Amino acid sequence: EPDPLITEVQPWAQGLGDGVDATPYGLPIRFEDDVVRRNVPWLTADPISSINFTPIHALDGTITPQGCAFERHHSGAIELSKSDYRLMINGLVDRPLVFTYEDLERFPRENHVYFCECAANTGMEWAGAQLNGAQFTHGMIHNMEYTGVPLRTLLREAGLPATTDKWVYVEGADASSNGRSIPMEKALDDVLVAFKANGEALRKEHGYPVRLVVPGWEGNMWVKWLRRIEVMDGPVESREETSKYTDTLADGTSRKWTWVMDAKSVVTSPSPQSPIKHGHGPLVITGLAWSGHGKITRVDVSTDGGKTWQTARLAREGENKALTRFYLDTEWTGEEMFLQSRAMDETGYVQPTKTQLRDVRGENSVYHNNCIQTWWVKPNGEAENVEVS
Amino acid sequence: DRFVAEAPEGLRSLTPLEVAATPAPSGGLVAAAHADEAPKDGPLGIGREALPEEVAAWNLDVSPDGTGLPPGSGSVEDGEMLFSENCASCHGEFAEGSGNWPKLAGGEDTLANKDPVKTVGSYWPHLSTAWDYVHRSMPFGNAQSLEPDEVYAIVAYILYSNFIVDEDFTLSNENFAEVILPNEGGFIVDDRPETEYPQWSGEPCMTDCKDSVEITMRATVLDVTPDHGQDEAAAGPAATDAPAETVEMASADTGTQAAAVATDAAPAAAEPAPAPAPAAADPELVAAGEKVFKKCQSCHAVGDGAKNKSGPELNGIVGRGIGSIDGFRYSKVFEEAHGAGETWTPERLHAFLEKPKDAMKGTKMSFPGLRKAEDIDAVIAYLSTFEE
Repeated sequence: EPDPLITEVQPWAQGLGDGVDATPYGLPIRFEDDVVRRNVPWLTADPISSINFTPIHALDGTITPQGCAFERHHSGAIELSKSDYRLMINGLVDRPLVFTYEDLERFPRENHVYFCECAANTGMEWAGAQLNGAQFTHGMIHNMEYTGVPLRTLLREAGLPATTDKWVYVEGADASSNGRSIPMEKALDDVLVAFKANGEALRKEHGYPVRLVVPGWEGNMWVKWLRRIEVMDGPVESREETSKYTDTLADGTSRKWTWVMDAKSVVTSPSPQSPIKHGHGPLVITGLAWSGHGKITRVDVSTDGGKTWQTARLAREGENKALTRFYLDTEWTGEEMFLQSRAMDETGYVQPTKTQLRDVRGENSVYHNNCIQTWWVKPNGEAENVEVS
Repeated sequence: DRFVAEAPEGLRSLTPLEVAATPAPSGGLVAAAHADEAPKDGPLGIGREALPEEVAAWNLDVSPDGTGLPPGSGSVEDGEMLFSENCASCHGEFAEGSGNWPKLAGGEDTLANKDPVKTVGSYWPHLSTAWDYVHRSMPFGNAQSLEPDEVYAIVAYILYSNFIVDEDFTLSNENFAEVILPNEGGFIVDDRPETEYPQWSGEPCMTDCKDSVEITMRATVLDVTPDHGQDEAAAGPAATDAPAETVEMASADTGTQAAAVATDAAPAAAEPAPAPAPAAADPELVAAGEKVFKKCQSCHAVGDGAKNKSGPELNGIVGRGIGSIDGFRYSKVFEEAHGAGETWTPERLHAFLEKPKDAMKGTKMSFPGLRKAEDIDAVIAYLSTFEE
């Protein structure tokens, strides 16, 4: 039967479309309006101090568009203009300094792609399979190309003490006063004071006009609306590094300063929000892998819940502290699958199972859950978040 | 090429060749940088010296040894009153927490339990953190409004609520370091490099890695996933059948447990659809008011199925009796107005929203008020579109 979409003249082939100025700054076409950030209302007391999730199940490649990159605010996303922006460096420096936004653009700047993952990503899954979709289980992550000035450049502009055992305390301008302590070694390594993401200004919800980028380390340290950098003798032990972002072990003691995000991966499709809709035959299994320790070197995929594994194809060679896309181009004949992925990074680390994690940490850690995820793909192509033996 | 516009004589664009031939403006700093030339390392002389007053205004952080504390003091007794006024609407009168808002007291000896209760008393290692956080970040929606003496008093009351000090205690910058929190020794520095990395590295198993694979837990049994626009189970019945203990999982990073999830999570009330506006309301004003209302949403719900949060639901508030929602614990001043049969006229709402603490003396609402009269008019217009 001939396809009328081909044999009949369609309106879009006959009439006219939008002119060039229909949307001076465009949004995705309406057919894609399901590809949006989503919130889980019961997680937090209200949406002002809350988090939402990147629709990773519907994206491909590695760069996250800013408009659907997850948001986490502690006192809401504020409006701070470039002209009202000030950045202060004080503490144990030779000259306490104040920079305007324009000042920052006069320093030599760099471009880097990094992932930003909230330490609580997958945190709701510690005690068992809970949320049904890669967006909800793994969507507290985004990956962008940042333009900014290395923090070390600004610190040296102010003049640093000779010893390197110092800390820097970084603080935002919003009402939450979110502040974190970073050891000087990291501050001088790869931390970036960023003002552009994916080529354009940061979005309001990502800290416009200036945020900190702390590659490979938990997202809470990527202070938004960055207003102050203080060089100190020791850590402040602020709320966000004591009462939160500490990981309680089974015996009740808690780890602190668990900054690095260990290697992790997830199959983004097929997954509960991205079921298989085509028939039997060729199937592309795809997902994301990342490591706060450096480059992803290999991703293995299992379709039988971890009995056997195949090495997936990396779309590009792994990049330092950035998302890596993997594909397994396979055949599906309608059999039930238990899909898993397992990442390895350049340090030789292998992403652990949930059982391995629980054996060391118990079930109350909240943060840093980088376990292997299982999707149960049923013969009808639908998928569900499950835990398997 | 065909994108060249026909410009009037004299306004024609320069061709690349002409641009190259145009001399650079004299006096300009034209740097001919080579790609392999590293940026210079020394100071560039950008920025200006921070003035002492400026550093003092922003350098407020307090370290565990008390460095950074301003002089001052506050008693448990004063703290109780201040806490009730400024904090209790979210954290409860006794710091026991309210709804999903953080508990600040209790939870002793629960850290090794299945569901640890993490409070200032049971979990926080340093009192400096509590002082600093109250001082710079609280009350929610009105941060940095408390004077140092008030912060000392509120922190003293939080200590008292945790049975760490007696009721006649006064906290000051001088005795601050003497207060040791019970869980100070409960933290270790990240030991993953020793306890985890060695055992999770090397060549992983590829075949015959396990004998059998059985499903041990399913997300759709809990059914707490929000509807994501697809015709799936997520839109189905709420999780009333789920075994309570399986729902008690850690929520994102609020540190709270999602224990109340099975009952509170029923997602129906999440996004109330606004009722159609009466013809009288100016649609632009209503739309502006909807935006202003975002400031109110953390404590007040409005629309279909709106429930009381830390503030009462606001359906029909314009013209509604003051303090008239059954079951909501109003401040005394509202109960008195209710007893006197008073109602929320637009004028009265206007005055209240402008300066809540002046209009209703003793209100527990921590919101400081809306500065712009047009914002107040807009939010009242918005609220007037919701009927009781």
